[in-house]
Amino acid sequence: MAQISLPKNSEVNKGKYFKDKTGSKNIRKINVYRWDPSTEENPRIDTYEVDMDNCPSKVLDILNKIKNEIDPTLAYRRSCAHGVCGSCAMNMGGKNGLACTKPHSEIDGDIDIYPLPHLKVKRDLIGDLDGLYKQYESIEPWLKNNSTKETTEIFQSKEDRAKLDGAYECIMCACCSTSCPSYWWNGDKYLGPAVLLQAYRWIVDSRDDERKARLKKVADELKLYRCHTILNCTSACPKGLNPAKAIAEIKKMLATANV
Amino acid sequence: MSSYNIIDHEYDVVVLGAGGSGLRAAVGLSEAGLKTACISKVFPTRSHTSAAQGGISAALGNMGEDDWRWHMYDTVKGADWLGDQDSIEYLCKEAPKAVLELEKYGVPFSRTDEGKIYQRPFGGMTKNYGNGIVQRTCAAADRTGHAILHTLYGQALKHNTEFFIEYFALDLLMKDGECKGLIAWNLNDGTIHRFRAHTVIIATGGYGKVYYSATSAHTCTGDGNAMVLRAGLPLQDMEFVQFHPTGIYGHGTLISEGVRGEGGYLVNSKGERFMERYAPNAKDLASRDVVSRSMSIEINEGRGVGKDQDHVHLHLSHLDKSVIENRLPGITEAARLFANVDVTKEPIPVVPTVHYNMGGIPTNYKAEVLTVNGSEKTVPGLMAIGEAACVSVHGANRLGSNSLIDLVVFGRAAAKRAAELVKPGAPHEEISETETQKCLDRFDKLRNAQGDNSTAELRLAMQKTMQSKCAVFRTEKNLEEGVNEIRKTYDGIDSISVKDRSLVFNTDLVETLEFDNLIRQAVTTVDSAYHRKESRGAHAREDYPNRDDKKFMQHTLAWCDGKNTKITYRPVHNSTLTNEVQYFPPQERVY
Repeated sequence: MAQISLPKNSEVNKGKYFKDKTGSKNIRKINVYRWDPSTEENPRIDTYEVDMDNCPSKVLDILNKIKNEIDPTLAYRRSCAHGVCGSCAMNMGGKNGLACTKPHSEIDGDIDIYPLPHLKVKRDLIGDLDGLYKQYESIEPWLKNNSTKETTEIFQSKEDRAKLDGAYECIMCACCSTSCPSYWWNGDKYLGPAVLLQAYRWIVDSRDDERKARLKKVADELKLYRCHTILNCTSACPKGLNPAKAIAEIKKMLATANV
Repeated sequence: MSSYNIIDHEYDVVVLGAGGSGLRAAVGLSEAGLKTACISKVFPTRSHTSAAQGGISAALGNMGEDDWRWHMYDTVKGADWLGDQDSIEYLCKEAPKAVLELEKYGVPFSRTDEGKIYQRPFGGMTKNYGNGIVQRTCAAADRTGHAILHTLYGQALKHNTEFFIEYFALDLLMKDGECKGLIAWNLNDGTIHRFRAHTVIIATGGYGKVYYSATSAHTCTGDGNAMVLRAGLPLQDMEFVQFHPTGIYGHGTLISEGVRGEGGYLVNSKGERFMERYAPNAKDLASRDVVSRSMSIEINEGRGVGKDQDHVHLHLSHLDKSVIENRLPGITEAARLFANVDVTKEPIPVVPTVHYNMGGIPTNYKAEVLTVNGSEKTVPGLMAIGEAACVSVHGANRLGSNSLIDLVVFGRAAAKRAAELVKPGAPHEEISETETQKCLDRFDKLRNAQGDNSTAELRLAMQKTMQSKCAVFRTEKNLEEGVNEIRKTYDGIDSISVKDRSLVFNTDLVETLEFDNLIRQAVTTVDSAYHRKESRGAHAREDYPNRDDKKFMQHTLAWCDGKNTKITYRPVHNSTLTNEVQYFPPQERVY
């Protein structure tokens, strides 16, 4: 039987152990994935003992505490700290989410923190989203409207505008796409839930004149139909959106409309 | 001497920053056929424009009569007469066009019953020159910044703008007082890049992170402002720091002024709607500086709420459920996540929180950077837009929803002006290697810093000093202490330590470079505040409680070479751009 194993340099080793120096009685162990491509070293899991008595409520607060007080070499993306920029998406306690909105109290025991799954890693917790961004470009995320009037807006009824709710709020954090087994397997061809949600956002915008062309463009065995309604995407979305439903709507439009 | 391999690029124009203003400029430049690079330390949609909630102002008149002149008057008054009225005229007159353009780009604005862009009331926005409230702030629910930012990124993609993402800019390349490009570090692979350009447009945003408690993102470190200081150019009006009345107590998350626009109000521990006392007409919709000061007085006089009586309550549970659901869904989520509050039942605990920098890189209304050498003159090859710039349209205090419109109006103006000045494909001048070397020496020195002070400790010391010595209310004594304390922190950089030696995503070094940028701005801010001995807009001096138009109808200019500053002044422009509107002479500012 064929033996399947990781290349030697991909094996994740046990890393450094940072013992608590504060003498706190309320310690949690935080296990963090580390890797720096500029060294020859394998990836490793470093463990930090963190004083929880002086740590605010979110996972990002733990990471900031580690970076500020224990180990400044830890690399992760972060910016707005309130769930609107999408920078700090990562895998915490086995689930994708935003570190800035995820309460650490929701994770039992030691906390494992990894980059978003199945991405190439740039360093430590920083995943490579370049492929996803290219796919985003491919759906042409801009309004295509032939109106030439400069002095008024394109009118849109409240009802038509409401169709964009649940789609335009997406912050492109990629929690959904990187939780999708289909995307793990065919991420180079399948657009994945994040990008399909964006495609949907333009398809249903009543102001857009290219609805049919947009539908045609995604109507592809690989781009769209690799969605097997696993629904991990919807369960992963930190903004409470429902990419699976958007994908289903696209499929429904294609099944019922004359495209 | 440090040696790094340098990768060279040549562009007609380089835009530094990919938030609302940077992207709008990039779109215009690409449309004009200029070879444009847009450099950003974060992926464009992660920029802090995404956090803007309430809306974007423009006198569209969708919800009742409006006039750009009324908008102009409100902005002049909001600015406490420190704004340049030629620039303010340009802003308000261009605003409706700029918003309609955004709509055509695809921004998902909320709608009225007739299908027009929905507009809500906002602080300081009035009709007929201060007589009653007007609905002028165009909104996409309470996620307007997010909606605009994502739409503008799409437009930039449409126009094939070339992006350099997760590149950290180090310094400008200057030659004989002209800007010739910049140097940046690619975090993805550790390489150093030199961009030559006929024009550099700085769109790096504000520097809220000099304070401990701010609505600003971790990345709001004013990198462009600091690059300008290091290039020997001044920053303007740095003492004017806006405290937003409603940051979530203890966390700093922004709660939009749109909440008060939709009918929410502030309450003290006695259950009083205290704003009625401070601003009998506008009440909770007075200018932000006025509301923040009123809240601070309530707290200082013992009428704050909570265990330590150090904040107040923002009530919105009386609002119609559908208003909360449809127009304020984002803050509902934020209140739940960061204050553990159900806004339909309980008030949100709020406190004035650092939010916006009125000060920045001085420019004219065409976005060209200004300096003073005897008289006012422009710096060839250099422009600034957005929060990084001080045009100055916001003067001593910005009105809510005037920042998003500032981004797109002046982003557009910069692109237009660059298209007039730059010939596509024109050859680039040689620049001496000493500029590059100077930049890389600073980089290398910090990269190999092996002192005793961690960047996080120094940053915290700076933030605590600014928070306690340069806050809502200021005094001579306080500011003097601030001036001295901040210099001690500055000196700490000589013994700073960087533990990470990698060049790939070395965020330890990024934060150290950001600290080096922040501390220079902290020094100029507290020094500028110390020297302005009057109260105007966001700068409230307890020892000089009145506005002093005789002495201080002037913009502060501050040069800073490390910890030494030079402060001078330039007069506020006292005329309008055209005769479509009259100059608004200074009046008493009452809401």
